[in-house]
Amino acid sequence: MDRTIYREIKATPQVWQVAFLLGAMIVAALATVVYVEHHGHIVTGMTNQIVWGLPHVFAIFLIVAASGALNVASMASVFGKDHAKPLARLSGVLAIALLAGGLAVLVLDLGRPDRLLVAMTTYNFSSIFAWNVILYTGFMAIVAVYLFTQMARGAPALFVGPMGMLAFLWRLALTTGTGSIFGWLVARPGYDAAIMAPLFIAMSFSLGLAVFILVLSALCRLGDRPLGGLLMQKFARLLAIFAAVVLYFTAIQHLTSLYAAEHAGFERFILATGGIYTWLFWVGQVGLGGALPMLLIWHPSTARAPSTPILASLLVVLGGLAQLYVIVIGGQAYPMPLFPGHVVFSGFGDGTVAAYAPRWPELALGLGGVAVALLATGLGAKVLRILPTNLSDANLGSRG
Amino acid sequence: MRWLVLIVGLSLAWAGALAAGDRSPLWPDIPAATGAPHPEGNAYWRANHMDLMRHDRNLTVHEGDRKIAASLKQCFDCHTARDDRGQVVTYADKGHFCRSCHDYAAVRVDCFSCHRSTPEGVDETAAQANALPPVRLGGGEAGSILAWLKRAGPAPRPEGGQ
Amino acid sequence: MSCGKSRLRGKGADISRRDFLRSGAAVASATLAPGVTLIAFGGSPAEARASAGNRWGLLIDANRCDAGCSACVTACADENGWAGNGDPATDAQWIRKVTLRNTTTGHETSMPVMCQHCAEPPCVDVCPTGASFKRADGIVLVDKHICIGCRYCMMACPFKARSFVHEPVVNQKTHAPRGQGTVESCTLCVHRVDAGGTPACVEACAATGHGAIIFGDLKDPESEISRRLAEYPSAALRPDLDLNPGVRYSNL
Repeated sequence: MDRTIYREIKATPQVWQVAFLLGAMIVAALATVVYVEHHGHIVTGMTNQIVWGLPHVFAIFLIVAASGALNVASMASVFGKDHAKPLARLSGVLAIALLAGGLAVLVLDLGRPDRLLVAMTTYNFSSIFAWNVILYTGFMAIVAVYLFTQMARGAPALFVGPMGMLAFLWRLALTTGTGSIFGWLVARPGYDAAIMAPLFIAMSFSLGLAVFILVLSALCRLGDRPLGGLLMQKFARLLAIFAAVVLYFTAIQHLTSLYAAEHAGFERFILATGGIYTWLFWVGQVGLGGALPMLLIWHPSTARAPSTPILASLLVVLGGLAQLYVIVIGGQAYPMPLFPGHVVFSGFGDGTVAAYAPRWPELALGLGGVAVALLATGLGAKVLRILPTNLSDANLGSRG
Repeated sequence: MRWLVLIVGLSLAWAGALAAGDRSPLWPDIPAATGAPHPEGNAYWRANHMDLMRHDRNLTVHEGDRKIAASLKQCFDCHTARDDRGQVVTYADKGHFCRSCHDYAAVRVDCFSCHRSTPEGVDETAAQANALPPVRLGGGEAGSILAWLKRAGPAPRPEGGQ
Repeated sequence: MSCGKSRLRGKGADISRRDFLRSGAAVASATLAPGVTLIAFGGSPAEARASAGNRWGLLIDANRCDAGCSACVTACADENGWAGNGDPATDAQWIRKVTLRNTTTGHETSMPVMCQHCAEPPCVDVCPTGASFKRADGIVLVDKHICIGCRYCMMACPFKARSFVHEPVVNQKTHAPRGQGTVESCTLCVHRVDAGGTPACVEACAATGHGAIIFGDLKDPESEISRRLAEYPSAALRPDLDLNPGVRYSNL
């Protein structure tokens, strides 16, 4: 074979098993939503201090990964990397699916999910949230058109490049918006930093590529299609660079804060005394999610192992969840100052670190969002011609 | 939706009146109100109450204008329903004034997730929390609609003057 | 913002104009043709609307506030019907007593903290639907009809002044509707202010004899609150944020 042929994956028993599992996770999440809506958020671990909890960690992870999952398509269309071209379609479908999963979690955690129509019809344009509604829906539409230009029979190829460029610019804007949800919060010492936007963009590159590698290898295994080791190593080397960029931005974020005396308390909390948050930061994000995957990918003894790209991607995903947990929950747990030069006490947790223990409804909802994203991607690969039949190195190599 | 309900209701009532010279049994069982009748007439309020209330609520919430007429509080000054034991019923009870028509029209209202559905002073028990009853059609509902129609007679027609 | 405010509904009566809908005083209606209703009425123009000519605020004298007293909190809960269920982390906290301790001198000050009714409220900036809004007279409120319960305003508020209703609610006060899944906060007793009154916390504090809270119009130079602010030093919470709150503290 010397050209790329896209085919739907076949409905093998394994495919059905995975679909059934994901479907069960989605049903569980929906049941949880009904349960929470009936009893109120009192049945979750979220409080008036930790107002955003585990669902938001999952939702933001999926949304950030969504824009990053488009990396591979951008590499093909914008940066002209030939080895990525056969995977551009899957990249686009995965991006839309991840975003849908993330938004589902975000929307179903609302206090009034029944008022979604209000959120889509009344806008306050000074809110980055309102802009994000437009950025998210726009992303879905643009990537859908981008997919159409790649896949439609007879669609002129000259539109692929411009649409790829538009989608690439849009995903940068989208992740800027996601980061600014936190970056523009002036009140809390853990947020209120312009670096949130570029940090989130770096995270999206790394998390999105990691999720893409995992989904690609799962689909190839399920569909019984060859997947070249050299191709995976290429992606893994890129992943290591992205992971390094995330660590770089994280370092700058904390060094900048350390320099400002007013943020010293928050930095001490995250970096030294914060218990679970400190552990998640150093061990989860920096160690397992950053240094270890880089080591695996770059060290000569592990660089060529077939399992390295997958293992490294798993670690990056775990590190990303840890990082978002530290940002979202840790940023809220640290008490806000009320007046300079004073410490605060009250019956409502002023001046103390807020406790947060996620409960099962939150986990069920978050995993439900992951299941939505994966099931939608699998469905896409089942009904659309997005996955090449042969991704072996020999085949890709012959394409030059 | 509301016009459809009105038209269907009117035609049913009209047909019922023609046939039996009596009130059609299809109408909801609307609890009797106390106080002076609406000068604009019941038909006007049936058709426009949601617009009146939404308009006035925006005046109150956003502009602080409290000299309004179409407020839930004032609705319940006159439109309170009582159960067999003489207790004022909440929206959790299907005899509630608002529910008598809204169940019939299969329109779920959102008001009582925040507003109380009784005059102040009535104790709404915890069991009545989350009182957003599912919209049910058919079955026993049809019976009460019929009962109402029998009692209420031809609905006031908008063109009939008040 | 209020999408339905000026909507024409079909070919029925034109009920879009606000004065038409001021359906209160002395309305007479006549029906000209099916679906066309003429309404005549003899009302007076609206009075007591929230006006940009006022800015309501509080001045809290920390010296007069007794650390052991929480009359303002109790009064607020009674007035607005938000009694808790025993868990401070999830209960409504429209107003709370806090203690500030000077980190260098150890001096302790007790005072109530509620929504600070900022002139530049972060909660209003971040609200995606515009449910969080500031009235013309400076009172910051939540329009619970369009609040979707996203809690972004709670993330943005520097004072932890907002609460999310975590549980189903019954027995609300007619003047203070509140319900599960929406966000709420101190309304500065807007129903009393609109009727020319003062907030419940101010009354309760005065009744204890402490008189630590005064309420008034910050835009009226002759009001007691303005004269006191002009005469004595005062401070805003989180002065670093420059939000120009309507609630001020003296003797911190």
